[in-house]
Amino acid sequence: MPIPDPDPNIAARQRWMAVLARAAATQIEALLEAVPPLPDCVVLRGPEAGLVMLRGRAGGAGTRFNMGEMTVTRCTVRSTGGQVGHAYVSGRDGRQAELAARLDAALQDPARHDAIQAAVIAPLAEAQAAARAETTRKAAATRVQFFTMATMRS
Amino acid sequence: MAYVAVKGGERAIDNAHAWLAEARRGDTAVPELTTAQIAAQLGRAVDRVMAEGSLYDPALAALALKQAQGDVIEAAFLLRAYRTTLPRFGYAAPLDTAAMLVRRRVSAIYKDMPGGQILGPTYDYTHRLLDFALEAGFSPPSAPEMPADGAEIPPVNAILAQEGLVEGDATTDAEPGDLTRTPLAFPAGRDVRLQTLARGDEGFLLALGYSTQRGWGGSHPFVGEIRVGEAAVAITPPELGFEIDIGDVAVTECQMVNQFKGSKTAPPQFTRGYGLVFGHAERKAMAMALVDRAMRAEELGEEVTAPAQNIEFVLYHADNIEATGFVEHLKLPHYVDFQSELETVRRMRAEAVAVKEAAE
Repeated sequence: MPIPDPDPNIAARQRWMAVLARAAATQIEALLEAVPPLPDCVVLRGPEAGLVMLRGRAGGAGTRFNMGEMTVTRCTVRSTGGQVGHAYVSGRDGRQAELAARLDAALQDPARHDAIQAAVIAPLAEAQAAARAETTRKAAATRVQFFTMATMRS
Repeated sequence: MAYVAVKGGERAIDNAHAWLAEARRGDTAVPELTTAQIAAQLGRAVDRVMAEGSLYDPALAALALKQAQGDVIEAAFLLRAYRTTLPRFGYAAPLDTAAMLVRRRVSAIYKDMPGGQILGPTYDYTHRLLDFALEAGFSPPSAPEMPADGAEIPPVNAILAQEGLVEGDATTDAEPGDLTRTPLAFPAGRDVRLQTLARGDEGFLLALGYSTQRGWGGSHPFVGEIRVGEAAVAITPPELGFEIDIGDVAVTECQMVNQFKGSKTAPPQFTRGYGLVFGHAERKAMAMALVDRAMRAEELGEEVTAPAQNIEFVLYHADNIEATGFVEHLKLPHYVDFQSELETVRRMRAEAVAVKEAAE
């Protein structure tokens, strides 16, 4: 998760943006069927594909170095309510970036926030957490359980 | 005869490419491969193409592999070319590998440690016998699961550091060098060296790492830790002003721990080499860590005698896209160059004959 911002509104926004960045467009679209249509939006930018340079640290915690790039798609919209929604998502799916930006705008609207949070963000977050938990359980099954042979020296 | 044919190749080239497309598709009685199948079932090849193409995008790497008929270097070349078509939005925060979702984590220096030895989906301990069940088509059962204790899996480094017997990580606030913006120059800092290694050819680094083990610049390595998993990618877009996650990246990290006798300025302690590579690529990450440590010889006051310790030699030859470009360009027309060589050799021979005749 990103470093949580001290402002609770921003911290909440960081959480839903992190969830949307990891959700496929088809997953988002399926969940959107359960909520009233998203407000109309003007697309201010994109969706456009580009690159972000990823970085590591020498030795794991030392000097930063450029490791290699990743494809990223971004989109910015303004909804009829006036909220500006942003999205940066890894990969090249313009549809996902646009949906994420529109949802980011709609979630900033107090009148829509709770319904979308409950019907779209929460189930996506739950599915993502479940997938992580499954990986962790599979990893746990491959953890070596050492046992020591008792020696019989007198 | 100063002229060479410069026209007439177009039709031959077009026809050659048409044949290439047909050959790439292969027997049409066999179903065509989808890029989704490549991404899902040839993951290690996809990972290698992403690492050496220096671009993380599994779907693009799968496409590149299909287009290149599985030629990994050709596929990495395609990714390097593609990346030049995209604008750069910015730089991510350094990956927090200590917090990654761990699939595999092993250490060769501690048996019992917090988090334990997690084997993950490994080829280690397989018998390397061809599995003909796969030829027939095989749907494996789901992998077993066990309750996870949810405890953190701290880096093994931290354990060694508690004893003060291992060197720490020096940090600077300096903006790291970027090979994609500034060509390689010497002396090359560790930042640029690590970037070169991260995108370097696995075979080249494997051979160099191996050479250090066999006495060409040995530094007695132990695998402190290998961890494989997914790390979150976070950026701070200027229009937002706060950090956001944009997804995850699969990486392999290797901490190599090496003996060090000490120098005038440093007490005897363990030193470290570091590897960090896209995807599940522990052979590459280990080789990278060995070569990273070898290239620190001068910094640590060791004698520089072996190829792997020679920074210029390693960095100038690690990139397989550059290497393949320079080696393979030899097959392109050199008609004029060669014509002039021919003339020179003929003239030298004629002169030699004339001198010999004059002597007789």
